[in-house]
Amino acid sequence: MKVVLRNLTKKFPSRDKKNKADVVAVNNFDFEIPDGKLIGLLGPSGCGKSTTLNLISGLEKPTEGRVFFGEDDVTNLPPEHRGIGLVFQNYALYPHLTVRQNILFPLENLKGKDKLSREEMLEKAMEAAKLVQIHELMERKPRELSGGQQQRVAIARALVKRPRVLLLDEPLSNLDARLRLQTREEIKRIQKETGITTIFVTHDQEEAMSISDMIVVMREGMVQQIGRPQEVYDNPANLFVAKFLGTPPVNVFEARVEQGQLILGEETVLEVKGPADGPVYAGVRPEGFLLRRDGAFCCALSGVEVMGRDISVVASSKASLSPAIRAIIGSENLAEIPADAGQVRFALKPDKVFLFDRETEERIAFDVSARSGL
Amino acid sequence: MTRFNRLKGWLYLLPAILFLGFFMVYPLIDVFVYSFEEGYNSASQTYFGTGTYNYSYVLHDPYFLQALKNTFLLVIITVPLSTGIALLISVGLNSIKPLKNLLQTVYFLPYVTNTLAVGLVFMILFKKTAYSDGLVNLLIQWFGGDSVDFIDGPYWAKLFVLCFYTIWVVMPFKILILTGALASVNPDYYKAARVDGTSKFRTFMRITLPMISPMIFYLVITGFIGAFKAYSDAVALFGTDLNAAGMNTIVGYVYDMLYGDSGGYPSYASAAAIILFAIVLTITCINLLISKKNVHY
Repeated sequence: MKVVLRNLTKKFPSRDKKNKADVVAVNNFDFEIPDGKLIGLLGPSGCGKSTTLNLISGLEKPTEGRVFFGEDDVTNLPPEHRGIGLVFQNYALYPHLTVRQNILFPLENLKGKDKLSREEMLEKAMEAAKLVQIHELMERKPRELSGGQQQRVAIARALVKRPRVLLLDEPLSNLDARLRLQTREEIKRIQKETGITTIFVTHDQEEAMSISDMIVVMREGMVQQIGRPQEVYDNPANLFVAKFLGTPPVNVFEARVEQGQLILGEETVLEVKGPADGPVYAGVRPEGFLLRRDGAFCCALSGVEVMGRDISVVASSKASLSPAIRAIIGSENLAEIPADAGQVRFALKPDKVFLFDRETEERIAFDVSARSGL
Repeated sequence: MTRFNRLKGWLYLLPAILFLGFFMVYPLIDVFVYSFEEGYNSASQTYFGTGTYNYSYVLHDPYFLQALKNTFLLVIITVPLSTGIALLISVGLNSIKPLKNLLQTVYFLPYVTNTLAVGLVFMILFKKTAYSDGLVNLLIQWFGGDSVDFIDGPYWAKLFVLCFYTIWVVMPFKILILTGALASVNPDYYKAARVDGTSKFRTFMRITLPMISPMIFYLVITGFIGAFKAYSDAVALFGTDLNAAGMNTIVGYVYDMLYGDSGGYPSYASAAAIILFAIVLTITCINLLISKKNVHY
């Protein structure tokens, strides 16, 4: 089932006595989520991603705009008639019911022609439990399960009615690091197996990047960019998106463009064809640095962190907005750093360098094909 | 653990142990002993012998049987009613937004109101005097009924007032506890239930009630114990001569046996007190057994 949001806006009345202006949690959302895909709504805390999820689920009514499931306008439908499954951040498993009773709960609510016999219900519950692999724990109470198992039960409960759309609110934030890795694969598998359009909310970019077919990056109620994870990473639409995606984060410099040359601090580091002369922000991904003795960009070396496969070179430069620049390079290049060096020189990979407008922070395109500095 | 440390532990406990020993354990044992001493004379502090005569006397005393009946009726009527009504009011309070705080305060007011003032109000409402029939009787007459003397009249009328009064007095605390319990239920459960299309009634029965069951259980247990120990409510309404009014309670009977006009019989009072203790203990045990199945912690 594809999900379409048309000009969706949600305003909350302000509780601030001095500032009566409404709080716009979701501002004019307009996008389509294709059928059968796994979509990540990504953004920092308070950016409106949970509100968006609530609008899709029907727990909140939009101030303006419409929500479509396929061709059906569901804007005015209450959540129970939308055919959604919702998994809460804290799972919201009923603590006094067993796993089986929890999964059965939605089925027992069915009335009229949808009403199932007890056998059918048990069969469906078992089917859902098998899908998430908790069928051996059916008689346990939620508190007797680990966090990961509770999560699975919550997903089974959301799936047992075969929803048209599955919504997950911060599904991994209550799990420890190890389980998180395991569970995100699990979510991906379940989504693939069922083929149900799944939308999940997260503030963890790594989580969103790793399993989503498509990510929606949000900030302060506005959509910043929509696309496949790699696409968004390689081609951020603005400085915010560039900074938000990637660990370690992108290194941002105050820079200048002069006659087709990018100047960081004092040094001319890269040929950039296209942008007009003037001040810009330059973002360089950590993997965009190449250690070269004759590299164009010189910075003071602060330290080297060995991480096994890669090494992380920590340096500093006056032009950088943050005190430390982080470059990730293959460990075989360790020899390129002189033992007693106070400084290192880098060449930059043009496709890992982004230019942004100083005012709007929007991306400025330049011609990458000019391979200077390499 | 050194010996000194062990001693230190006991030292910390000493004040509490001494206090409880003097004022709780010793009197309890004493009451138990008294209840088996036959023909005790409080003036000479002597007795004839030991046996179960005191119990037999108390259990055959029509005043005690009346008090037992009154207490049981009071318990059976007021505990479920007050808890049920408090639950309804709390659910109502919890589901409204405007005036919520105001109403919560209003419902809590009786709790901080002086018992005698409350008694006075009930007098004005129910008492029939030479000058006025009381407000409630005016209402009854308004609807075409015959006026009833609630304070000096038929048994059912007096029992009604006693129950009404008791329910009214215990309600605020129960509402306070239950609104607190309801507010502490995570709203995500209700959202989850809504998404699943759960009816309001089913949500209440299958989610709300189990979630607040520990608090309901607490109120039922303390309600039972409190109602079995009722005394001051009856005094506030019917005066100190409860036996004459036929509205005595077990605790009232114990008091009368000790200090009342017919008093001076600590052995009978002790036997009655032990019987009350046995009843409360039994009921509480039954409550605990029932709770094992139905209360979810």
